[in-house]
Amino acid sequence: MSVDTSLRFDKDYVNGFSSSRQEPAWLQELRLQALELAQNLPMPKPDKTKIDKWNFTDFKHEATGNAVAFNELPEDVKALIGSEEDAKNVLVIHNGTPVYFALEQEVKEQGVIYTDLLTAAKEHEDLVKKYIMKAVATDENRLTAIHASLFLNGAFLYVPKNVELSAPIQAVYYQDDEAAIFNHVIVAAEDNSSVTYVENYLSTNDSAESVANIVSEVYAGAGAKVVYGAVDNLAKGMTTYVNRRGRAEKDARIEWALGQFNDGNTVSDNTTHLIGDGSFTDTKTVTIGRGDQKQNFVAQIFNHGKHSEGYILTHGVMKDSASSIFNGITKIEHGATKSHGEQTERVLMLSEKARGDANPILLIDEDDVTAGHAASVGRIDPLQMFYLMSRGISKAEAERLIIHGFLAPVVSQMPLESVKNRLVEVIERKVR
Amino acid sequence: MSAPNLKIEDLRVSIEDKEIIKGLDLEINGGEIHAIMGPNGTGKSTLSAALMGHPKYEVTSGKVTFNGEDLLEMEVDERAKAGLFLAMQYPSEVSGITNADFLRSAINAKREEGDEISLMKFIRELDKKMDHLEMDNAFAHRYLNEGFSGGEKKRNEILQMMMLEPKLAILDEIDSGLDIDALKVVAKGVNEMRSPDFGCLIITHYQRLLNYITPDKVHVMMQGRIVKSGGPELAQRLEAEGYDWIKEELGIKDETVGQEA
Ligand SMILES: Nc1ncnc2c1ncn2[C@@H]1O[C@H](COP(=O)(O)OP(=O)(O)OP(=O)(O)O)[C@@H](O)[C@H]1O
Ligand SMILES: [Mg+2]
Repeated sequence: MSVDTSLRFDKDYVNGFSSSRQEPAWLQELRLQALELAQNLPMPKPDKTKIDKWNFTDFKHEATGNAVAFNELPEDVKALIGSEEDAKNVLVIHNGTPVYFALEQEVKEQGVIYTDLLTAAKEHEDLVKKYIMKAVATDENRLTAIHASLFLNGAFLYVPKNVELSAPIQAVYYQDDEAAIFNHVIVAAEDNSSVTYVENYLSTNDSAESVANIVSEVYAGAGAKVVYGAVDNLAKGMTTYVNRRGRAEKDARIEWALGQFNDGNTVSDNTTHLIGDGSFTDTKTVTIGRGDQKQNFVAQIFNHGKHSEGYILTHGVMKDSASSIFNGITKIEHGATKSHGEQTERVLMLSEKARGDANPILLIDEDDVTAGHAASVGRIDPLQMFYLMSRGISKAEAERLIIHGFLAPVVSQMPLESVKNRLVEVIERKVR
Repeated sequence: MSAPNLKIEDLRVSIEDKEIIKGLDLEINGGEIHAIMGPNGTGKSTLSAALMGHPKYEVTSGKVTFNGEDLLEMEVDERAKAGLFLAMQYPSEVSGITNADFLRSAINAKREEGDEISLMKFIRELDKKMDHLEMDNAFAHRYLNEGFSGGEKKRNEILQMMMLEPKLAILDEIDSGLDIDALKVVAKGVNEMRSPDFGCLIITHYQRLLNYITPDKVHVMMQGRIVKSGGPELAQRLEAEGYDWIKEELGIKDETVGQEA
């Protein structure tokens, strides 16, 4: 099968689409420029995964969802956000349309902005302009350009200076139409602020071919702390490109906990730039590959600032004939003295036919640093199985426990109890 | 419930085609505590692992019944469910599963679906047993054996035994790596289990543990079989004199397996 990689969407389409949504002129302009770039830029080249036959360009673009009351939300979504009383700060986007929103008065009063991205583009133009497509550049590759020209909506979360939010901010992106998911998230935490954001991607279409093209941009100002939790659970029909990018200024912290459980082919890039001195990031990813899906995960940290510290931990379970490449990249730039980088990639193989590659890469342009890595690809340890079974636990249950244990580093980090529980359920379903 | 019975007849066990256990007979009944002593490398751990069904150990001939049933036909988990327990010389570490979750799964594995132990009751039991073993409650929430010290692992094995209430427990060097206080605590755990419905096989190198848990019978293992049996006084003599007198008595030059008399 040859794949036509030309984009079906032209200038007229983007103009019309943007106008119909009453977007501000600057956004329309951004889209048009991106569209032009999209025609000529090369596709991203994930190391060791061939994606030239993957469809990222042919899809139904738009769908609609309808605003609903809390109790009309689908059960799957409700399970993620808990009861109406629990769901204090949450945005639900259904088929690209914001359909439910709640934000505590107390949070608003502190000057926090949390809203869907299009609303933010109209109401907080300067802020959105400051951040959109800045951590991830439009001209980075063809998919980022397509993203900028066609993103449908997303979330905008802005936390002013010195505001420390204890309650997590939640988003659910839910798709039950065969249309594409083009979602854009911005989390901007000003100096010395602190925020936790947790998102869930959910889709039901496992037959029709569709595309998810997702970009998240996270900005942590000096001394700020951002905890970013995500559970991706897109059905088989979606071919996914997801790019989550962070920039940490002086003494800032970004902590990622990513549960990546898509069923379709996926290219994931999670990169953090440790810009400021003393900045810190910890990026934890878990995934399960099943069926014949192919996935490529990049977890990447650039140490620019002195005394910056970056940690990567990736655990992947591979079953059936799934195949995944895990590339961990620690890049310590010249001048980033006293920096530290550490990474661990572990792959647990459950089937003979599955494939899993762990590639830790350390690129170091500075002498005065410390760095280390560990990688392994292996099967379930028969001694562990013997130990568990010797306590009466069945073979199936023992395997289940070991797999859950293997994925625990991210599960235990997930900030919201409801999301954590769902994550466990997703894992349960996928390893069965 | 009838008293347990483990009966081993002419057992032979190989690992990677090397015969380690070479015709071993032993019978343990409820209410009895047996001790096996013997120099390093004589097959003690091999015997215990084979009884539990370790996949690497191949039983080449002989017969083992547990409460009248053919033990060797059972899967590892079935042996445990039938009431056999093995405290291992080197317990595995399993990351990501808390001690408490693991124990609860193990307890529930023995129970019917729908009849799982309630969380309240489980926690109560666990607290009680941990108190008894003077274990800090934090161990319940740590990952299974991960980063436990040698002695902590041993205590954790006894905790599992007390929670699972087996009918017959094999304790493979439960005393190695234990300080004297821990030794007393572990002995207290075993003595707490002592009853006509409980049998125990203690593998040890030292008389020390047997000061606290008086065995009914003591066996000496060499070259993959039991070469001498007696009462508690046998352990005392071994402690005092070592194994040479037995070797002399039996004409054994090298006691390890693979060496014939
Ligand atoms: N996996 C294995 N591969 C090869 N040989 C083995 C293996 N396991 C055990 N053996 C050998 O079997 C013999 C008996 O070992 P075993 O562990 O049963 O001894 P033991 O009596 O428990 O010794 P110790 O008192 O040191 O614990 C030893 O010679 C040992 O090297
Ligand atoms: Mg041994």
